[in-house]
Amino acid sequence: MDIISQFLEKNGLVVAFLTVGLMIYASAIMSNRLTNKKIPASAIAIVMGLVLAYVGGIYSGGGKGIADVKIFSGFGLMGGTMFRDFAIISTAMGASFVVMRQTGWIGALSLFLGTIIPFFVGVTIAMAWGYTDVVSLTTIGAGAVTYIVGPVTGAAIGASSDVMALSIATGVVKAVFVTIITPFAARYIGLDNPHTAMIYGGIMGTTSGVSAGLAATDPKLVPYGALTATFHTGLGCLMCPSVLYLLMRVLF
Amino acid sequence: MIIYGVAILAFCYVTGQLIGELLGRLIGIDANVGGVGFAMLLLIFLNDWFTRKGYTHKLTDRGIEFWSQMYIPIVVAMSAIQNVKVAVSSGFMALFAGIIPALICLSLIPALAKFSKSQPNDQHGHYKPVS
Repeated sequence: MDIISQFLEKNGLVVAFLTVGLMIYASAIMSNRLTNKKIPASAIAIVMGLVLAYVGGIYSGGGKGIADVKIFSGFGLMGGTMFRDFAIISTAMGASFVVMRQTGWIGALSLFLGTIIPFFVGVTIAMAWGYTDVVSLTTIGAGAVTYIVGPVTGAAIGASSDVMALSIATGVVKAVFVTIITPFAARYIGLDNPHTAMIYGGIMGTTSGVSAGLAATDPKLVPYGALTATFHTGLGCLMCPSVLYLLMRVLF
Repeated sequence: MIIYGVAILAFCYVTGQLIGELLGRLIGIDANVGGVGFAMLLLIFLNDWFTRKGYTHKLTDRGIEFWSQMYIPIVVAMSAIQNVKVAVSSGFMALFAGIIPALICLSLIPALAKFSKSQPNDQHGHYKPVS
């Protein structure tokens, strides 16, 4: 038993390839047999991944989902930012530059909206929960932008560690929620063309949520959503500790 | 050769991410600003340029297409390493502050799409799928 687990751990990345392959195969069968292809296999596989992440987190007590379980440590590499970004970039092969240029300005607008709206809604909710100091409010608001913007902002303006943890949790909730809701909401918000995908990427922003959500909806839309989403975290990290924090200090 | 395609993709990745890092440093924040986006644009330009020069080769293309086909499996692995435990167990405030802004933003998408579609851009409404 020990030999096997050490073996699996040593060959982590390949074990992850095998496991993900089996997960997607199982999802394809479930998609065909149980839902008559109404729910795409990729959506089922992604939700399966989230469940695995939850189980892994409970089992190990760590913060990296299933990757904290030793024999599945290869998931950390396979699902990490390096492979994710590498694969996202490769999807640009099939993308049309003309469409991207056409949507450029509305993509930029949706980026700003995607920073400002979550920030202020997050601040409002934090106020409703009894937070009054500007630093905590700003940090939680930044967490509602993405889970990277939250701690970056908190560190820059000196938030306490429990507020930082809360802002990270807020961002993670957002990423998970966007992942799950996107394939279901797609029909109602008209998310079936590159133009809307670019707006979606800009306004939702959270890269893991957008990339997983679009993969579950229509993989052809991925490059368009990813192109705008990639600027979202940067813009959030730029605006939250500076302009928006100063604005908060003026308001309160 | 397949490795040429992978190498071209890696070149775009490295160049784009580096630009993103430098841009972040330049405006004084500790984050990569648009690295993936720059890399994607670079790949589109290179692909276009190679096609026009006639340098494209089926195997070279496959080195890139392989990774775009691996995208969904990688995303599945990514969702398996999210901190879902924290997301589920962090109390109602994090749930509300995470979900409500996302819902509001989602509901704005149709209006933004309609608003921007009023421009004449219908001749570019078609696009090439990945595979």
